[in-house]
Amino acid sequence: MARELPYIGAINESLRQEMARDPRVLYFGQNIATTDADPFLAEFGPDRVRTTPISETAEIGMAVGAALAGYRPVVELYMAEFMLVAMDQVVNEAPRLRYMTGGQVTVPLVLKAGYGFTAGWAGQHTGSIYGMFLGVPGLKVALPATPADAKGLLATAVRDDNPVCFFHHYLLTLEPGDVPEGEYLVPFGQAAVRRAGGDVTIVATGWMVGKALAAAERLAAEGIAAEVIDPRTIAPLDAATILESVAKTGRLVLVDQATRHGSVAAVIAAEVAEAGFGSLRAPVKQVTALDATIPYSQPMEEYVLPDEDKIVAAVREVLGLTAVESVSG
Amino acid sequence: MAGNEGTAGLDAGRLIWIYTQMVRIREFEERVKATFTEHPGVIRGHTHLADGAEASIVGSLAALGPRDQLMATYRCHGYPLALGTPATAMMAEIYGRKTGLCGGYGGSMHLTDPGRGFLGTSGIVGQGIPQATGVAYAAQIRGEGQVVACFFGDGAAKQGAFHESLNIASLWKLPIVYVLENNGYNVVTRAEQEDANAAAGEPLAVKAVAYSMPGATVDGGDPVAVHREVAAAVSRARGGEGPTLVESRIYRLSAHGNIIAPPGVPLHFPEHEAVEVFGAPEEYEAAKRRDPVPRMRGFLVSHGTLTPAEADQIADAARAEMADAVEFALRSPFPDPEAATDFVYAD
Repeated sequence: MARELPYIGAINESLRQEMARDPRVLYFGQNIATTDADPFLAEFGPDRVRTTPISETAEIGMAVGAALAGYRPVVELYMAEFMLVAMDQVVNEAPRLRYMTGGQVTVPLVLKAGYGFTAGWAGQHTGSIYGMFLGVPGLKVALPATPADAKGLLATAVRDDNPVCFFHHYLLTLEPGDVPEGEYLVPFGQAAVRRAGGDVTIVATGWMVGKALAAAERLAAEGIAAEVIDPRTIAPLDAATILESVAKTGRLVLVDQATRHGSVAAVIAAEVAEAGFGSLRAPVKQVTALDATIPYSQPMEEYVLPDEDKIVAAVREVLGLTAVESVSG
Repeated sequence: MAGNEGTAGLDAGRLIWIYTQMVRIREFEERVKATFTEHPGVIRGHTHLADGAEASIVGSLAALGPRDQLMATYRCHGYPLALGTPATAMMAEIYGRKTGLCGGYGGSMHLTDPGRGFLGTSGIVGQGIPQATGVAYAAQIRGEGQVVACFFGDGAAKQGAFHESLNIASLWKLPIVYVLENNGYNVVTRAEQEDANAAAGEPLAVKAVAYSMPGATVDGGDPVAVHREVAAAVSRARGGEGPTLVESRIYRLSAHGNIIAPPGVPLHFPEHEAVEVFGAPEEYEAAKRRDPVPRMRGFLVSHGTLTPAEADQIADAARAEMADAVEFALRSPFPDPEAATDFVYAD
């Protein structure tokens, strides 16, 4: 049975269920569980739920250690940018220890952080920096776009035997959606086709999935059938579903809130260039954030980000249409 | 054993065990170092030796119980030898062979033996400290009385990871002993050039004060003294009284590592930085005169714990063991290249 929950509610439900299921799951980070009224502390106790100082290197490093010792920590990091303080642990420790020891150890942990908070937070709390964690062997990266995926991907992350960056999008926090009750898992590396269509493939992640669907709706009114694909995890990346769609549509628009060269769009474009070039009937078009730090002031903030209009324009471009033409017309 | 303060509850068998492990570590490191000249090209990258630290390593490990755990640094050859990891597998790892402890995936800097409680190392200075602290958090939750030993150098004590970790460990009363092996040098930088406490003439153990935990400084060339201090810290940790910072003063008897050179330049171990960089051979010679391995031998022989002949037998056995390790490693096959994509992810 599904019922409606906000994205954040789905995340909390998933974590609560996983902690109830497996006593090895720990939850710690800054500014959680500071009073007995904290629901996680109340249910799971101070051994498994702890507030930490503002010490990201220690928080993530301790998660690595607890994971080496048999636990499954979930670190509450709030903002993906805070992980930058502890990049060694994220990139150079957690994902490499299993490999460097010839498989003698496993490091199951979840780094839970929000991203993309483009709501006037200026330059240091608004980035879509998942590209920095992409291409790190041993690390997995999940970017849920719906409440149901937020629940299912977090549960899968907790059960995964590898370090996982679970990045929830801040602008989706209160978005409602149908969420299955009880145990619900969304497998990693399996894209979701959010809308079927034969004229053009649009790939989008996180907050951009909604923008892409809105653009597809507008394009449908012009007789353009866009297929919208949400990879859901970008490491592993389900390139097969994207290639299959491109084989059908011959046209690809990649929508990504990250800056152009730090995006997953660039990675997908490379995969399609190598394995799907023969299907392409037009150059791949990337709709990404402009190469700028996110500005504070709203008109500038909106200017640098991808939006519905930019997606519609990109689709028209790959279809070889001017602004007033359409496929049917 | 300059002060000859007794053996602090260590019986003759335990003292002989300590000496034996010290000799094994020294001999292993001698064979690693000799490999650079005897078998050029066999060891790649950067290798760091524990010679000079034997008393500190073994004295510390002698204070741990069978279910206790440890983490260390890229200067990691000593610990597993004392824990019982076969020298053959260790040498084969350093030689990049399939039979290596880590299958050739890690090399010299990442010797790890979780079955013996040695959960890993970091090649990045200071970054293993929070990990060991997390192992101690796990031990606290598990509630079975395990204690964690965390080994690192004086350079690491300038990393944020050190300070963040000691703060949390003290706050949470974690069962961990931080063993700061102070060898006086961060690569080619002397401690007083980079450490405010050292520059002020204070021991590095004063850093413990900032985190409201006990701190002690000990002669790291004396395994009995190290054992006494670490055992007291282990006892506090096991009793739920939290962490301790033990500064163990040692002198590394080799350079920081082999030379860093591009391919084509044969690798070798340069002279110690005191000689090579600071033009202070007298410092190095003085340290050699306090070499912990002959010092321990002298102590045991003078106390009648070992006869000279028995001490020689221990040394002969270590030489034979490590010569075998070299032979084993040289004979061992390289890994299959295709194995390079194994172990990237756990299934």
